[in-house]
Amino acid sequence: MRAPRIFLAAIAAAGLFALPASVRAADDHAPAHAPIKIPEQKWSFDGIFGTPDLASAQRGFQVYSEVCSACHSMRQLHYRDLTGIGFTPEQVKAIASNFTVPQGTDDAGAPKEGPATPANMFRSPFPNDKAARAANNGALPPDLSLIVNAREGEANYIYGLLTGYAEPPAGFKMQAGMSYNKMFEGHQIAMPKPLNDGQIAYIDGTPTSVDQMARDVTTFLTWAANPEMAERKAMGVRVILFLGLLAGVTYAVKRKIWADVH
Amino acid sequence: MAGLHKSEVTNPVLNWIDQRLPIVTMLQKEYGVFPTPRNFNYFWNFGALAMVTLMGMIVTGIFLAMNYQPNANLAFDSVQHIMRDVEYGWLIRYVHQNGASMFFIVTYIHIYRGLYYGSYKAPRELLWILGVVILLLMMATAFMGYVLPWGQMSYWGATVITNLFSAFPVVGKYIVTLLWGGFSVDQPTLNRFFALHYLLPFVLVGVIFLHIAALHIVGSNNPLGIDPKGPQDTLPFHPYYTVKDSVGICVFLMVWAAFVFFAPNFLGDPNNFIEANPLQTPADIVPEWYFLPYYAILRSVPNKLLGVCLMFGSLLVLLVLPWLDTSRVRSCRFRPTYKWLLWLWVLSFIVLGVCGAHKPEGVWVVLSRLATLYYFAHFLVITPILGKLERPLPLPESITQAVTGRPLENH
Repeated sequence: MRAPRIFLAAIAAAGLFALPASVRAADDHAPAHAPIKIPEQKWSFDGIFGTPDLASAQRGFQVYSEVCSACHSMRQLHYRDLTGIGFTPEQVKAIASNFTVPQGTDDAGAPKEGPATPANMFRSPFPNDKAARAANNGALPPDLSLIVNAREGEANYIYGLLTGYAEPPAGFKMQAGMSYNKMFEGHQIAMPKPLNDGQIAYIDGTPTSVDQMARDVTTFLTWAANPEMAERKAMGVRVILFLGLLAGVTYAVKRKIWADVH
Repeated sequence: MAGLHKSEVTNPVLNWIDQRLPIVTMLQKEYGVFPTPRNFNYFWNFGALAMVTLMGMIVTGIFLAMNYQPNANLAFDSVQHIMRDVEYGWLIRYVHQNGASMFFIVTYIHIYRGLYYGSYKAPRELLWILGVVILLLMMATAFMGYVLPWGQMSYWGATVITNLFSAFPVVGKYIVTLLWGGFSVDQPTLNRFFALHYLLPFVLVGVIFLHIAALHIVGSNNPLGIDPKGPQDTLPFHPYYTVKDSVGICVFLMVWAAFVFFAPNFLGDPNNFIEANPLQTPADIVPEWYFLPYYAILRSVPNKLLGVCLMFGSLLVLLVLPWLDTSRVRSCRFRPTYKWLLWLWVLSFIVLGVCGAHKPEGVWVVLSRLATLYYFAHFLVITPILGKLERPLPLPESITQAVTGRPLENH
């Protein structure tokens, strides 16, 4: 056939036409940052059967409560949700009662505060974003309810960030009040190194290394962003098995019905 | 002619109804004994799969709407309320969210099936045009649906896409204001998008009804692209194709379920887990994967108006395809050259999709320009010219002869 060759020639000609323009376009932009490689970790919730390790998630909740919650809200969660990481309703009641939260208004119409109940939302450290910025050198600590899902690299990124603090390389210019972090885009992060060895004491006695705390709080945050995960994956296995069986039976019926046609 | 319809239904209750409103007779005629070419391959499943997806989307969508708040201050949190507090809300939402992607996968394959086997050619031109209208409605619905969770990508995607209309001279900025209901994407935008996102699927149902009605007038195409010559070339739709579609539906539901249960956010963007913030633009604004090829076409030229025209043109060109194709042979099975050029078109569509996911820099600009050029050249140059130049392979005498290898008996 002659026709395809003509088309190929036309395409090649078009390519030559397009090339100079693209080189110009490339010159207009600064070269992109070298992408940061986020090391892959092994997690209890990996794979189609994996679910968050509840003991680790409970320790992670302790890390969040004693460290992160000083600056970071988790405003999508209620204390009652904590039964999802294995706390009993009594434990949840006790945990909630440690926090003082707004409780509507009193009889005179003045805002009232009181100990939280399981039905309350997690207490936020700041009344609003402006207050949060004012207390944090102008930076806004993001809400952590969905943080694992909201970052490229998910759990690996959160773990990498928490363990990624280091001295800046020689010659690296740091702005005042910023910290160097290997995983953070641009490597300058407003959050000071949050975790240090032995900083808190776990209720279950697990040694509190930075690595351990980062792992635990990442597990907790993964659960917090995907509280349905265990139920979802368990249901998924059953649904797929059922559909597979149904597909097999349907295919057998199809073969039988079509047997007289072929 | 007044009087009762002569119904052959034996059940007395159904018979009574059928005499007055012959829906049973109609179903029997259109889905029971409806003569269907005997040689469909599994590509002919995808119309049924699209129908199943649409019904799944409507059902889950109604339940989502019962719990969703179309209010800029509440929308994001109400989606989290659905995910966390509504009974099986996570299931309903993930089915709906991934259903949008499934709908596009299935529809793109359905369209490609039509392209490969020449289903758009006479006498099926109007059937094809209705199909293109369905695609456009689907895209509008999907775009507005993606805005509703009111995440960062919802907000900024809506801003970028609605702003495209400002490229049109004179009327452009009025169109944009009208779409927004104000001077930026805001509460009125969200509210009207919610209303339209609820309305359009039912318009879609109407156009799909016409699509199927037209199909049942002209009859289905088939992998050979030749017309059935008699009853030996067809089979009743039921049970042959009801069961064959059921096999496809089971397999398709497994794929859908795999996404819903094991990778529900695989096709999404992490930025949409951050609430919309008009003061902070994400580093990359990318549409959902199913719009990426069109997004790449839009960005392939440095002129905004031209880009917008090319983007809409890439869809509108499909409307005139039945008249651009000059070949009288429908199926690519008998078009040795066009077959490969159509695959090349598919490649250009995929390349455009990949380009759309990257910043328009360096090699991505070259690739998206080449692919855009081929996308259009395929329809506007190759299809009309090759139809005249190409020598098709000999067509089989009949469907039965091609399928069984037996010559026609007594014909």
